[in-house]
Amino acid sequence: MTSRPESRAGLPGWIYLPAAVGGVFVILPLVSMVLAVDWSRFPELVTSEASLQALALSLRTATASTVLCVLFGVPMAAVLARSTFRIIPVLRSLVLLPLVLPPVVGGIALLYTFGRRGLLGEYFEAFGLRIAFSTTAVVLAQTFVALPFLVMSLEGALRTACLRYEAVAATLGARPPTGCRRVTLPLVLPGLASGAVLAFARALGEFGATITFAGSLQGVTRTLPLEIYLQRETDPDAAVALSLLLVLVAVAIVVAARGRRIAGAL
Amino acid sequence: MRARIVAALVGTVLTLAACGTSDDSASETTASAPESAETITVFAAASLKATFTQLGTQFESAHPGSTVEFNFAGSSDLVAQITQGAPADVFASADTANMDKAVEAGVVSGDPVNFATNTLTIVTEPGNPQGITSFADLTRPGLKVVVCAPQVPCGTATSRIETRTGVDLQPVSEESSVTDVLGKVTSGQADAGLVYVTDATNAGDKVTAVPFPESADAVNTYPIALLEESQNPQLASKFLEFVTGDDARTVFAEAGFGAP
Repeated sequence: MTSRPESRAGLPGWIYLPAAVGGVFVILPLVSMVLAVDWSRFPELVTSEASLQALALSLRTATASTVLCVLFGVPMAAVLARSTFRIIPVLRSLVLLPLVLPPVVGGIALLYTFGRRGLLGEYFEAFGLRIAFSTTAVVLAQTFVALPFLVMSLEGALRTACLRYEAVAATLGARPPTGCRRVTLPLVLPGLASGAVLAFARALGEFGATITFAGSLQGVTRTLPLEIYLQRETDPDAAVALSLLLVLVAVAIVVAARGRRIAGAL
Repeated sequence: MRARIVAALVGTVLTLAACGTSDDSASETTASAPESAETITVFAAASLKATFTQLGTQFESAHPGSTVEFNFAGSSDLVAQITQGAPADVFASADTANMDKAVEAGVVSGDPVNFATNTLTIVTEPGNPQGITSFADLTRPGLKVVVCAPQVPCGTATSRIETRTGVDLQPVSEESSVTDVLGKVTSGQADAGLVYVTDATNAGDKVTAVPFPESADAVNTYPIALLEESQNPQLASKFLEFVTGDDARTVFAEAGFGAP
């Protein structure tokens, strides 16, 4: 905290210009959208049955995906950060691939895995398990795109902070489980929290993989982004209103997470 | 070292620039009319991609020196783009509703002309393993049927047929575009879907088309119009004449479009 003023003084003056341009570039479109909202119809547009069902479905599926991301992502991050197998760097690149893939490609890949004719889907089908066109498909699509966000932010936290502190803890007599619980866990908790928030936000915004893999049916697979995309066809005002709703939800999540992280730091 | 890199970069840029111009000069010499390098931009519905691309090539060879550029997207997207000021000379819509929107917005010059029609057909997996023979068959329990959402033209046509026939479909998904419906059938996710005849023709042997008589209740009409903001209205109206003419008729018929 004490180093703040120094680093601020260390910034060359010209750097504020491109930084401001970049900031405006991100913020201006959001402002333009808010300006385009038809406020007289806003309450009616965002509380229509289709909108509310889409919002509820989005919140439900994004929560489920985040839980899955934490369940599988935490062990993945631990393995990637700590394991010394030679294959780890290759695995890391593969696991993080969904970050750079267009979501629609992810959707196609999921289709060929969990679809009715897919690699695993065929066997699921034999057991009477149908994933296509179900809410499960939405959760799978969201988890696929969100998992790397959690793994990446957690792995970073695990790698940078911990080894050294754990070693110190060990010299002070703490055995690995104690060192892990008392030292590592508190240190990586903010990383886990921000990773989970990122994963939730990414899941909430998922569109391409969902529309390719899960389909679009009100209350079952039509999440808020899909509803926005569809409303735009006939009622651009409704699409803008719902977009604002999605932005508000995203902002609420970020603010809530920020608040928690500050509390955690204190 | 740095100078050498810069030199290499400059060289590359110059070569690229030369490539760009050589194209133009080639077309100019064949055109034998130096100033006739004219370009028009056509905004056309996504379902017109195959036919319009073919017609564009034919038009360019019939009018040496002219270039037809296309922007294919959903009709409602195109209307939005045009009303927001996208530079376009011609607009071809997949339905009259979206053309009406463009007319109301005052971006259309003159009256739109209808140039083709399209009807719906059932598509199934190749060979029709479920033995679907009629529109009513689509309500069979356990059958996974995918249709367009009522908000998009193919979905409007679907619900119109449902109303007329009294058959109430229970689709597993209502897609935002006809290509998504087709994709769900070709990938084997769905047993059957409702798409345009032209989409079924285009998909070839990846699907089996099952025509049904009730499709005549919902004929989709394609209108084309000149745009107010056209930079080249002369060439644009020539293209419009060409699309509504006899040669184009053959191209549309081959693709499965009906006459207007």
